[in-house]
Amino acid sequence: MRRRLAVATLLLALLAPAGAAIAATPKVDLVDIEDEVMCVDCGIPLNTAEGAQPDSERDFIRGLIAQGKTKQQIKRALVAEYGEDVLALPETSGVGITAYAVPIALAVAVIVALALLVPRWRRRPAAGMAGADGAVVIPGGSPGLSQADAARLDEDLARYEG
Amino acid sequence: MKRLLVPALAAVVAFGLVGLLAYGLLSRSTDDSIEQAVARGDFPRAPSAVLPVLGSDATQSVAALRGKVVVLNFWASWCIPCRTEAPILERAHRRLSASGAGTVLGVTYNDSTPASQRFSDKYDMSFPILRDVGTKLAERYGTSRVPETFVIDRRGRIVDVFRGQIDQSFIDRALAKARA
Repeated sequence: MRRRLAVATLLLALLAPAGAAIAATPKVDLVDIEDEVMCVDCGIPLNTAEGAQPDSERDFIRGLIAQGKTKQQIKRALVAEYGEDVLALPETSGVGITAYAVPIALAVAVIVALALLVPRWRRRPAAGMAGADGAVVIPGGSPGLSQADAARLDEDLARYEG
Repeated sequence: MKRLLVPALAAVVAFGLVGLLAYGLLSRSTDDSIEQAVARGDFPRAPSAVLPVLGSDATQSVAALRGKVVVLNFWASWCIPCRTEAPILERAHRRLSASGAGTVLGVTYNDSTPASQRFSDKYDMSFPILRDVGTKLAERYGTSRVPETFVIDRRGRIVDVFRGQIDQSFIDRALAKARA
């Protein structure tokens, strides 16, 4: 009994690292890679591309998957074969940086515009609340209520709530 | 002053976006300046880059072949017309190398090394083949599809160009021009 237990423990000890290694290596399939790389000849994502060149690119990826390469290794191999343009995300240097810079610049421009315009919008209704004839001006510039109408409205509301 | 700031910002952003769009369109348009120069008889200098040789650790460039006639051919294993012209190029290479006059120089286009190697083996291509990773050299020749062939004379000038599948008569005519 003790011997069996020892053999079982030894087997478990031997198999555990192998199991952990298998678990640590994520399974990669073509679909998982295709949406993150480009068809270099047509300039669209590989998962939407059709034709001889994208098929050739897929064959290359299948070959690397069969060799047990990880996703990162496959992407590195694709860059080595086809250049940086094969990656769906643009480069972080040269002209590619505009893909990151333009949205940031747009966001900054919107924030600056809001920072300038919002205080102005908030000031405008406050200044116009009381009309020259004593009328109450509704924010947004629509015609206001006279003081008599406002008093009647208050009375109606009080009656309604009472 | 403050009143002008927002329209000015909007104008800058709009001009930036229009500029990017223009750049995108221009960078994708076909560059036929080499054909135009050849047609005028200007014979432009052949662009060159040091590139790795397929199936070897060596590198090679068009400039290093100055003094020889070079038939520069952009091809890919996935390109169907390239299969038809491969034997024509091989015959031209054997003719040029036998006389010592020059060489055919293949350049792969958006192709993987294993696929290019298989194609080269299948069609018995004995001429040197360069790997143009990222198509940087192709761009300098205005090449955006394959096959395309440029014939370069001993002085390193492009004397003939064909964008598409070549035939024997093109090679004969272009080589006669390059050797003249």
